[in-house]
Amino acid sequence: MMGEEFVALSLTPMLIGTLAAIACALPGNFLLLRRQALIGDAISHVVLPGIVVAFLITGVIAAVPMMLGAASAAVVAVVMIEAIRRLGRIEPGAAMGVTFTAMFAGGVLLLEQSDTSAVHLDVEHALFGNLESLIWLDATGWASLLDVEALAYLPVELPRLLIVLSVVVLFIWVFWRPLKLSTFDESFAQSMGIRTGPLGFALVIVAALAAVAAFDAVGSIIVIAMFICPPAAARLMTNHLGTQVAWSVLFATLSAVIGYVLAGYGPLWLGADNAVSAAGMIAAVSGAILALTAIVGPHRSRSGAPAEE
Amino acid sequence: MTAIELATSNGTLMDDHGADAALAIRSMTVSYGQKPAVFSVDMTVPRGSMTAIIGPNGAGKSTLLKAALGVIKPLAGSATVFGQPVENARARIAYVPQRASVDWDFPTRVLDVVLMGLYRELGLLGRLRGTHKTRAMECLERVDMQDFAKRQIGQLSGGQQQRVFLARALAQNADLYFLDEPFSGVDAATEKAIINVLQGLRADGKTVVAVHHDLSTVPDYFDRVFLINTTRVAEGTVEEAFTPQTLQEAYGGRLAMGQLGQTALGT
Repeated sequence: MMGEEFVALSLTPMLIGTLAAIACALPGNFLLLRRQALIGDAISHVVLPGIVVAFLITGVIAAVPMMLGAASAAVVAVVMIEAIRRLGRIEPGAAMGVTFTAMFAGGVLLLEQSDTSAVHLDVEHALFGNLESLIWLDATGWASLLDVEALAYLPVELPRLLIVLSVVVLFIWVFWRPLKLSTFDESFAQSMGIRTGPLGFALVIVAALAAVAAFDAVGSIIVIAMFICPPAAARLMTNHLGTQVAWSVLFATLSAVIGYVLAGYGPLWLGADNAVSAAGMIAAVSGAILALTAIVGPHRSRSGAPAEE
Repeated sequence: MTAIELATSNGTLMDDHGADAALAIRSMTVSYGQKPAVFSVDMTVPRGSMTAIIGPNGAGKSTLLKAALGVIKPLAGSATVFGQPVENARARIAYVPQRASVDWDFPTRVLDVVLMGLYRELGLLGRLRGTHKTRAMECLERVDMQDFAKRQIGQLSGGQQQRVFLARALAQNADLYFLDEPFSGVDAATEKAIINVLQGLRADGKTVVAVHHDLSTVPDYFDRVFLINTTRVAEGTVEEAFTPQTLQEAYGGRLAMGQLGQTALGT
């Protein structure tokens, strides 16, 4: 009975939360080291008008038009940020801030003006996602994982995030060396013939892809937290980039699993009646992990003043 | 190219577009904004020489180096390395950027930084083998940093960081070495270690070009001088180009006559 209930009600949201967290945390490692961590934040805000426009054009909430709308909004935003930064000679942080708040606000206005009451698209959904509703009602227990018929009714977000995560992993695996080189020492990378401009752009596009897929499933709060918290906590655990990325995957997984369980059962344990938002709890757990590593992480006082001989 | 172009802007004859030279820069102009940082500069570096690029602050020394490397896109002009466009000669070029240009807090260890010098050999997914690590360790030994291979780079002193950068350039196993202010902010022991390595490179027939700021060491360290103040002021051997007149022209009032006397006139 436990297995049946768990597989049907908790397994898929947990898996989806975990996949979304990892897909965002992986590119987050490089964005963090490039001092571009807020790009994840910006993307998760700017995709809203893209998704709304896609809905207005097609009239349905379907994966492909939504992804296309969100992706084009992200591209518009990236171009806008670069344009504001270069043409206006405004520092990158301010350029991002202007772009993402303006586009999110535009998305909210569009959302209010359009009739989306028939579909699952509102401001709350944009913030928190709908993790708890991504259940797998056709599952009757662990055996369903081998049942082709039941598998056909898996929430569509699961295979979608699996594909996106594969793309993210493949990109980082193939371009590991140039990514590391150009993040650490851009002019040296250029002197070796690495085209750092297109590479940095590709990184942002991959991050945008992860953000959009995750945004759709779990809302913008998780996206923002997962781009920053697991990589930042991982950085405090090690002085080695490969190990840092591994830690960030572990922290993302822990946040998603512990956060989901705490949101579902935590209030009950404390005597309350209702569960709390899983997305909010997952983000809060990732923040708690970062706080913990900031206190006890082995490399929190890493360089500072260089040691003299 | 036609014979008409075989003279540079100030009339000196060119040797077949510098095909024989390690580095030949022609009519290079670079601009960051309205004002050019480097204007119409020609530079020819003979093979096996050791050249100091000197000039006042903001004279375009680093910019010229970066433009020659293709790191900055020039407005006009071209650079050839051993007679080839830079893009085709990257395997023969090693580069040591300014130490302050990178984030030393980056999560990586000394040996990893040296291994970055092998990127062109390894490619995207080429396997890192024991021989690569052995080679990187040898490069660290040449700068006397072998004991620090496992250290995080942020835990090094400025001089040690500079030596690691030099080791990375050595791992590139190049014929032409570009260095941007390699002696800036380093201790005396490091300065000596670096100059020993560079002179060893020259002894092996390699070519060295370094942006340099300490005029007093120019005659000891280098055999050629390229004096720049946005435009080329002087170029040649130390005897030819490193004179009170050329220095006065490049630095103007910014150079105290006492310093001039100490350096160019000899002590």
